[in-house]
Amino acid sequence: MDQMRRNVLKAGAGASLFAALAAAGMLQPDAALAADWSKKAFGAKNLKDALDALGAGTPINSNDIVMTAPEIAENGAVVPIGAVSNIPGTESIAILIEKNPTALAANFDIPAGTEPAVSTRVKMAETSEIHVLVKAQGKYYRTKKEVKVTIGGCGG
Amino acid sequence: MADPTRIRATAKDGGVNVKILMAHAMETGQRKDDAGKPIPAHYIQHVDVTWQGKVVLSANWGTAISKNPFLEFNFKGGKKGEKIQVMWTDNKGEKRTDEATIN
Repeated sequence: MDQMRRNVLKAGAGASLFAALAAAGMLQPDAALAADWSKKAFGAKNLKDALDALGAGTPINSNDIVMTAPEIAENGAVVPIGAVSNIPGTESIAILIEKNPTALAANFDIPAGTEPAVSTRVKMAETSEIHVLVKAQGKYYRTKKEVKVTIGGCGG
Repeated sequence: MADPTRIRATAKDGGVNVKILMAHAMETGQRKDDAGKPIPAHYIQHVDVTWQGKVVLSANWGTAISKNPFLEFNFKGGKKGEKIQVMWTDNKGEKRTDEATIN
């Protein structure tokens, strides 16, 4: 409960909305619906907690996920990341950055008819492994890659 | 009020390529201002892209998405002249919806 209280306090102005979200998260920790923004998943301070909050547990390493990311990012504030899943039945694609203050960066729902491929730009606090997590037919898969950062994207 | 979202939707090979650039500070809540006071977090949490009433991409974001977020994806179906809508909601409850024509 302490954790929840902190989350609510942190949420500040939007406290009541966040309390509701956190409460929903507390009631069904494993079944965080991808359609709902999960305070628990996005507030998780490390990779394991974020994976747990997503219900991913220990994902299966897969070569069928292709991540496009630079080896070295000169500016941690803008790091282009592309993720393509070649796993049949891909339902969602998430991007997690292990050493960021909160690991989960984004979670994309892929409806039928949409290619399981997204590109975006993320912030990285420091050199870190980036994980792409794919949910397909109820199972979780991942691939990871280290991106070196010369200037962090969260300090200034 | 936030600036308009820039959307480019291009029909090709029976699908549509969508490129989106949103105008948003995406403040993480980790930074401090010149006086040393923390700058409150302010970031987009949810994005929905719809085409003919159908959601073609739905995203939940944390604070790690870069300022003025960029997003690119492809969906099947969709023809020249049809419209897509991009709607975002941030952690302060602000919303914005923009529309573009596929060309």
